[in-house]
Amino acid sequence: MNTSRHPFFLPTAIILLSGSFSLSCVRNAPVAPEPPPPPPPGESVSSASAPPSVPDLDLPESPTQSNSSPPPVTSPIIPPEDDFTARDLEELNRNSPLRPVFFGYDSSTLDADGRSILEDNSEILLDQPTWVITIEGHCDERGTPEYNLALGERRALAAREYLLERGLSPERLRTVSYGKEFPFNGGDNERAWSQNRRAHFVITAR
Amino acid sequence: MISIFRSVICLTILAGTFLAAVTPLPPAGKFPAFQQRSEVDLIIGDRIGAQPTFAVPDCLNVEGGAEVSKAALTIAEVLWDDLNFEREFRMLARDTYASIPPARSLTSLPLDRWRELGADGVISCSVMSAADGQVTVTARLFNTRSLESAFGVEYTGPLTNVRIYAHQLSDEIHRHQRGLVGVARTKISFVSDRDSQSVLGLVENRQTKEVYFSDYDGANTQRVTVSRSLNTTPHWAPNARAIAYTSWRRGFQDIFVSHIYEGRLESPAGGTIEIHNWLPSWSPDGRQMALTSNRDGNSELYVINVDGSNVRRLTNHPGIDTTPTWSPQGHQIAFTSDRTGSPQIYVIDVDGTGLRRISFESYCDRPTWSPAPYNEIAYSSRTSPGHHDIKIIDLATSEVRQVTFGIGTNESPSYSPNGRHIAFMSTRGSGDKHIWVVGRDGRGLRRLTSTGNNEMPSWSP
Repeated sequence: MNTSRHPFFLPTAIILLSGSFSLSCVRNAPVAPEPPPPPPPGESVSSASAPPSVPDLDLPESPTQSNSSPPPVTSPIIPPEDDFTARDLEELNRNSPLRPVFFGYDSSTLDADGRSILEDNSEILLDQPTWVITIEGHCDERGTPEYNLALGERRALAAREYLLERGLSPERLRTVSYGKEFPFNGGDNERAWSQNRRAHFVITAR
Repeated sequence: MISIFRSVICLTILAGTFLAAVTPLPPAGKFPAFQQRSEVDLIIGDRIGAQPTFAVPDCLNVEGGAEVSKAALTIAEVLWDDLNFEREFRMLARDTYASIPPARSLTSLPLDRWRELGADGVISCSVMSAADGQVTVTARLFNTRSLESAFGVEYTGPLTNVRIYAHQLSDEIHRHQRGLVGVARTKISFVSDRDSQSVLGLVENRQTKEVYFSDYDGANTQRVTVSRSLNTTPHWAPNARAIAYTSWRRGFQDIFVSHIYEGRLESPAGGTIEIHNWLPSWSPDGRQMALTSNRDGNSELYVINVDGSNVRRLTNHPGIDTTPTWSPQGHQIAFTSDRTGSPQIYVIDVDGTGLRRISFESYCDRPTWSPAPYNEIAYSSRTSPGHHDIKIIDLATSEVRQVTFGIGTNESPSYSPNGRHIAFMSTRGSGDKHIWVVGRDGRGLRRLTSTGNNEMPSWSP
């Protein structure tokens, strides 16, 4: 399995940079106008989901096409702060800033690492108030497929509950359980199993 | 009696051709004239309880072309397999018949030679071209000792699926000779990734699973769902004309009912982005459905009418309650709950009272209540880390017996309607998931599927 396609192994630096950068800057009006976001390459995916109804109040206003300026020739390492909104959903999910939360065997209890990841995710989501996400509950392959549907549901609900406590509105947090049907790692060992026992966050509207 | 057979046969032939355009059926199925004897004379076998030995030579091809000739061979082979399956008769292997001259007609068999080979009974059959491209299949069961015909039947119908004639004949012979309800005309539904595609959605590297069904012997596989999503946990309606299953086609798990002979699809459980429903189980009368839902905040069991009305909550516990199965009379439901810390099997009355735990093992799931007369529940039980075996608990004695023994993992048992067999998923052999069938005594194991990964069988009524 090609790990680079999955958000788990995105370099942590980019996540931290993008997350903290947007935290510190987005709330304040940008001093300089930002470059215009490229038009979304495709509307087909996002149109399948409910369009966000919350206006982008916290996001910098995008200049219109008429007064657009060329992109700044600056360091390309740090993504522009509205980078997330510029990408289409598929691309956004391919390199998602939202990290998955992992669980112990047959458990839906959040440990310290899980709570820390959910803190980060909640801050990103508070900064992106239009995003609607689906929290997917997944299980490892060792249990039965029937029971795992309920276990996956419980994991998704545990993550959702925590995000609700962080102040996110319930209509932005959908859940689904896939049981053990979609393992992230197809291996037959503890490393694979631990990667498969997860709540995975999919951005379904932005 | 004859009229009952006639209607059964008409239904059967209909079922065999349901995908084709509806064509008028000729009068089908009548007993050929033969002298009626007393009931005792018609039963082949010396002693009560003994297993008589039967032979099924090739059917005669009467004035038919290559297609009829092929049908004659298929019918004999399938009939032999059908009769062998229930283990009521000792079946003489068909490759031992070479020394016996073929019958000259349906009624002129060298019965002394068959007796010499060890057969107590011989089934003689013929296939004959009939009007409108149809065939007439005639069969007689002869007693090699009395030299008399013990049973006879005749069917007329299309050539599209000649296996159905053998299945019908097998079921009638089992009923006539052994008083047994056979399962040769039943179907088995299951989930497979054999035609998998990428799931439509925002996450890559996810493959679809679809619902299929085949004859009870694995032949004639047909696909039920074409949703390009995940579809699992099929369960046959008691009338065998619909399959309920869990599908993610709307982005979350909800229950769909496919009326396979009418091409109609329903989603009776009322799923929404918030309310998810899964693991449907029809009540024995077909009027209600038990299911698992998150509608009150965690996985609980509910019973609904099949039109979606009258939702009743059955369980109320912060733990997981899931995977319901009805008792044959519809008064009780067995299910899986982890309320004590690990998944175990419980039984509850349909009115929500009388909860009791019946399994005390490390991890149990997919209880499946046997049909009458057996009063038992089959389930999958963890026997080593990551591996499960099929076990059966006798509800009268609480005695547990194991049916599979640690070869691969063995999960998701489903009883045949006569209670004598269990279909289940096993990874034995190749490591791929396949549907297997085994007797409830652990004997007679055979594999039904051969391509892709196949799981979660449901045996039709």
